[in-house]
Amino acid sequence: MAIVLDSKKACAVNPLKMSQPLGACYAFLGLSSTMPLMHGSQGCTSFGLVLLVRHFKEAIPMQTTAMNEVSTILGGMDNIEQAVLNIKKRANPALIAIASTGLTETKGDDVDGYLHLIRAKHAETLAGSEIVYVSTPDFVGAFQDGWAAAVKALIAAFVTPADTRVAGRIGVLPGAHLTPADLEEVRELIETFGLHPVLVPDLSRSLDGHIPEDFTPTTLGGASLGDIRGLAACEHVIAIGEQMRGAAERLEAVGVPCTLFDRLTGLTATDALVALLMRLSGQPAPARLKRQRGQLVDAMLDGHFHLGGKRVAIGAEPDLLFALASLIHEMGGEVAAAVTTTHSPVLTRVPTPEVLVGDLEDLELRAIGCDLLLTHAHGRQAAARLNIPLFRAGIPQFDRIGAAHQLSVGYRGTRDLIFQLANTFIAHLHAHGPDDWPLPAEARAAAQGGAATENVIPIIPV
Amino acid sequence: MDARVSAKIQSVFEEPACEHNQNKDEKARKKGCTKQLSPGAAAGGCAFDGAKIALQPIADVAHLVHGPIACEGNSWDNRNSSTSGPQLYRTGFTTDIGELDVIYGGEKRLFKSIREIIEKYDPPAVFVYQTCVTALIGDDIEAVCKRAAEKFGTPVVPVNAPGFVGPKNLGNKLGAEALLDYVIGTVEPEVTTPYDINIIGEYNLAGELWQVRPLLDALGIRVLACISGDGRYKEVAQSHRARAAMMVCSKSMINVARKMEDRYGIPFFEGSFYGIEDMSDTLRNLARLLVERGAPADLLARTEALIAVEEKRAWERIAVYRPRLEGKKVLLITGGVKSWSVVAALQEAGLEVVGTSVKKSTKEDKEKIKEIMGEDAHMIDDMTPREMFKMLREARADIMLSGGRSQFVALKAKMPWLDINQERHYAYAGYEGMVDLVREISKTLFNPMWELVRVPAPWDVPAVGEVC
Repeated sequence: MAIVLDSKKACAVNPLKMSQPLGACYAFLGLSSTMPLMHGSQGCTSFGLVLLVRHFKEAIPMQTTAMNEVSTILGGMDNIEQAVLNIKKRANPALIAIASTGLTETKGDDVDGYLHLIRAKHAETLAGSEIVYVSTPDFVGAFQDGWAAAVKALIAAFVTPADTRVAGRIGVLPGAHLTPADLEEVRELIETFGLHPVLVPDLSRSLDGHIPEDFTPTTLGGASLGDIRGLAACEHVIAIGEQMRGAAERLEAVGVPCTLFDRLTGLTATDALVALLMRLSGQPAPARLKRQRGQLVDAMLDGHFHLGGKRVAIGAEPDLLFALASLIHEMGGEVAAAVTTTHSPVLTRVPTPEVLVGDLEDLELRAIGCDLLLTHAHGRQAAARLNIPLFRAGIPQFDRIGAAHQLSVGYRGTRDLIFQLANTFIAHLHAHGPDDWPLPAEARAAAQGGAATENVIPIIPV
Repeated sequence: MDARVSAKIQSVFEEPACEHNQNKDEKARKKGCTKQLSPGAAAGGCAFDGAKIALQPIADVAHLVHGPIACEGNSWDNRNSSTSGPQLYRTGFTTDIGELDVIYGGEKRLFKSIREIIEKYDPPAVFVYQTCVTALIGDDIEAVCKRAAEKFGTPVVPVNAPGFVGPKNLGNKLGAEALLDYVIGTVEPEVTTPYDINIIGEYNLAGELWQVRPLLDALGIRVLACISGDGRYKEVAQSHRARAAMMVCSKSMINVARKMEDRYGIPFFEGSFYGIEDMSDTLRNLARLLVERGAPADLLARTEALIAVEEKRAWERIAVYRPRLEGKKVLLITGGVKSWSVVAALQEAGLEVVGTSVKKSTKEDKEKIKEIMGEDAHMIDDMTPREMFKMLREARADIMLSGGRSQFVALKAKMPWLDINQERHYAYAGYEGMVDLVREISKTLFNPMWELVRVPAPWDVPAVGEVC
């Protein structure tokens, strides 16, 4: 079990981490008819927007309160008011979701207070649009913390205790580390048992790359406000990733039973989910699922030849790190280096001696002698210098397409991930040459009869 | 506001060489060239972003961002400014300040960070970028940089353009000011020639500089410094010894060109590498300025000879596409690139330009567009994504050429689109670039995929009788 260390450097070199407000806005992008709004200078939004556009190759709706120096010092109430009214007028979303930034947190804007006044002042104009706010200073935590805080804020704002439960409704609170494809897989798994999943947030309905009928200035799909409110009436809620513990606890507080899965990548992890779904539905696992499990077991048998003994360096946010490291470990690989972005209770359970909260320079130094670098696309420079393959996982992946459809959960997802990892090793197999196994000087000397000079090999005449 | 930043902003607003600025009255000039941003309806980067874009192409420098993780962590290694050598500019350095730094101040962390970088990477210089949070808490980066430079014997340059002072184009200029204040003129070149020039405001995106450099090399013109594409610290530092300068038309570094003229007597002209005639004019202007400053006069004739050969070669190669592209309609939405210079090349290839953006064009640019496209030229000042979508959907254009922002508007309308913005991967400069642009348009337009993606789904087709 791992010891968790903090980097001692003053200067972060090649950041692994992204900021909290971006994680919060990423969560908001999984809600339908929503406009995420960063309360900060326009660059805060612009950088995040470009990053997500390059990752998903999709239009990303995201706005800014466009704070300048003067408005920052005087307080951002006017800017929030104008932004909210402008967004209402131009996009008319069901939800305007605000995340603070380092700038406005340093100033100490009381956004909750502002919103109270703005709602009162413009009740009529804003009718039909909800506003939610989450505090996410850039200088605290990381991307997945922002996501977790946003989901918690959504539940706090919209979920009230329900009188009745809807039979078969299963809430899902996915972590930021799951892709739209992962969410689709979870949905299908739940539906297989005749249950009705409600995902909050639901990126599989907004950033899955579909073609809409018309141009929309807000998000293209995702969980609706009704879905969020309906969480209270779930029979059961499944939270995925340690980061979702806080959100799950909020739902438990209103009487919804929750189960937290620290990962859904791997055989036993998926088995645990399937067992829960069998229990909740009272139905046996369908034949299709049994076949999928068999395929995964076979993939593990075939894959272990290639993953066994391999030294892997992983740089990822805590929950993704835990999922990937656990799979590598289960397949006989060695997690030789692990670097992450922020603290989390799950880090001590990562199967490696040491987890460092650090950057990609730390990872690069620790990855010397490793066979694979497993991190987001920014690892490309390090992998090139180390001359080892890079397997892209997490956000951003700006130099590849299809990141939204990278699947790594459930039986099928784990199966495919094992294949891809194994194939990466196979593609980089070292072809041996005649000089790969040189004898040490001592052995050569011994073979020469201990003589320092070369023995003359006698020539046998034919 | 930090008085120094405030003074800088006033000074770049009063740019006498900017025709935009000169056309304004006293009051409007005082307000500066930045439009007031509208909260909830704004797009684009901040001043810090602009400063970083302007300076980061200097490839051997360590670019250190002093601020919370968002400023560098969310944005690093995201541009295609190419280098022919050092890779250090692609390394992301940030102080990644935390809560305690916000409370106690981040200067110590900044100083230590500079030391770590110099010890580990030994760059010729460290550029330190100010950001909103560290500006707000009052970190004095000028003082820290000065102390660090003295202590470590390496130039440490403060770039004071925190995001909240304005938009990206202001940041470009503030970044350039840092070069004027701390870099240019600090190193003497070993040798100079009568053919030494500076190229100012060119970022070598996708390696475009290398489409132009062979022309200069062939004429014997030496690029003493390109500011800042494929740049080196030392080149920029000794650029004050150039004989003439070209300012690339985007105006992002007009202050550098003009102040170098004032301080060092280096005459400059405004030119463009985009479009065939523009490229030729640029070569002519370079030759003219160099000859005026004492270069042998045969340069003029040699330049004309080169232009004749290269223009002919380019037009011939473009004409090949004419039969295929004749009558196809193009919607041209550009930012910094002067649109009329591209329009001419597109027309030569037989394309019909049905609309072009003039958001950043000057009055003269608009006149020129009318001259080329006719009086009824469809000039678009600011088009909303919804309007673009509609225009494409109704097939009033066959292809859109634009920046990355509107990419998905076109793609979701299932219309061909070509990236001509900063994030692009293809180079479109010089004679070669225009030929490549026409080739790319042809390749994109005639991709068989477009017809397939527009085929209705089986469930959207009304059933036509039973299939037996």
